[in-house]
Amino acid sequence: MQGMGEALSLALQMVWSGDADLLEIVLLSLRVSLSATLVALLIGLPLGALVAISRFRGRNLVLIVMNALMGLPPVVVGLVVYLHFSRSGPLGFLGLLYTPTAMIVAQTILIAPIVAALSRQVLEDLHAEYAEQFRSLGLSKVQSVQALLWDARYSLLTVGLAGFGRAVAEVGAVIIVGGNIDHLTRVMTTAIALETSKGDLSFALALGIILLVIALGVNAAVQSVRMSAARMSYV
Amino acid sequence: MIRDAFGATALALILAGPVAAQEQSIIVQSTTSTANSGLYDHLLPIFEEETGIQVNVVAVGTGQAIKNAENCDGDVLLVHAKPSEQAFVEAGFGTGRTDLMYNDFVIVGPEADPAGVGGMTDAQDALARIAEAGALFASRGDDSGTHKKEMSLWADTGVAPADGSGAWYRETGSGMGATLNAGIGMGAYVMTDRATWISFGNKQDYEIQVEGDEDLFNQYGVIPVNPETCPSVNIEAARTFADWLLSDDGQAAIGAYEVDGQQLFFPNAPES
Repeated sequence: MQGMGEALSLALQMVWSGDADLLEIVLLSLRVSLSATLVALLIGLPLGALVAISRFRGRNLVLIVMNALMGLPPVVVGLVVYLHFSRSGPLGFLGLLYTPTAMIVAQTILIAPIVAALSRQVLEDLHAEYAEQFRSLGLSKVQSVQALLWDARYSLLTVGLAGFGRAVAEVGAVIIVGGNIDHLTRVMTTAIALETSKGDLSFALALGIILLVIALGVNAAVQSVRMSAARMSYV
Repeated sequence: MIRDAFGATALALILAGPVAAQEQSIIVQSTTSTANSGLYDHLLPIFEEETGIQVNVVAVGTGQAIKNAENCDGDVLLVHAKPSEQAFVEAGFGTGRTDLMYNDFVIVGPEADPAGVGGMTDAQDALARIAEAGALFASRGDDSGTHKKEMSLWADTGVAPADGSGAWYRETGSGMGATLNAGIGMGAYVMTDRATWISFGNKQDYEIQVEGDEDLFNQYGVIPVNPETCPSVNIEAARTFADWLLSDDGQAAIGAYEVDGQQLFFPNAPES
């Protein structure tokens, strides 16, 4: 581990000097992965909630599929999105390949199942407690979903963080659909892959350290929102 | 749900923001050596300054670059596997192929040189000796230009490296840099283009063992993608870029690029 100290000082140096390229890459990473997380929440939460409170034939099968999709291999997702967005693919006319939008789409596909499956579990447990009450109040399905989502909001924040963590850390999907183009689609993970392939291992590691710190920062921000919100609700 | 999906898509588009600030931009499907060695970082600012055309480089292996260009996902192809490039043009995907520049391949190995190939100038003899000694050899194994060249060298030695696959012959299935990292990690010989090797940062005790064979010549070519096959191609900007690379200015810029005082690419476009 002789490179660790060198990487650490390199990371500090880059952050300290306010490296413009680094900032651009960091901001794009955040933009892509936070957008994907947001979209995945919008799709995954209602879906998870709906499955959580519904009883229907084949439900077990749906649960198995939902849970299995949490393990989607990023490189396969990247390939499928590439084949759709490629100029010769069905959505090629949109001209989205090698843009941040394509990267957001790929990461959304990757993490929406995580959000759906985890929120389904959280909400189903909560629903077991509330079902009786909902029935006596005569709530409709939509109202039940709303009530559940609101009540479980803090647990669901963690679900969102799990999705964000997966998105910001993956490289397989974004390198295929984004192309790792300098100043256009280069994000932290693809930059790390590039520096590794150049044999510039300490620089790659330094970027890795910065990525970790960013993930830490996002988690800390969410945690502080959660704690201050929890305090407010006790006042 | 449907409303959510639409809202989500719209949101994604908003968040993604404007795609490119410049009016004119092209995508170059490229081999990795030209990108990893820093050549584009040297050339593109000069070209962009002159023309205002932004060049976006997707650096993948030659095989994948050609495949991507065949899917119309690029405006210019810049790779190094002449037979495949000619087939690409003949199939109607490119407007024409021109020699751009060259360098050469070398075989690098650990200082200890277990197969004793150091100083050899015949690549095929060296490969045969590596195979005979059962010394480790790390191959790209990814249908890249370098891999194609390596396979053509093996073909004349009479050795079938695939027989030793997983034993002494290790196919990494990844890019040049990743293969060098893996090869150096396991003490294997690796065939690499000289540009990637000179600019590679993790050499450890490795040095060039075999060089100077005519068969190790490495020719790069440039091809604008054919707008008749791929209507989305920005052919005007693609031609501008290809023409500039082949012009005296472009050729001089290629020749002027050095790492550690060594020239990496030697321009050899035909006289216009």
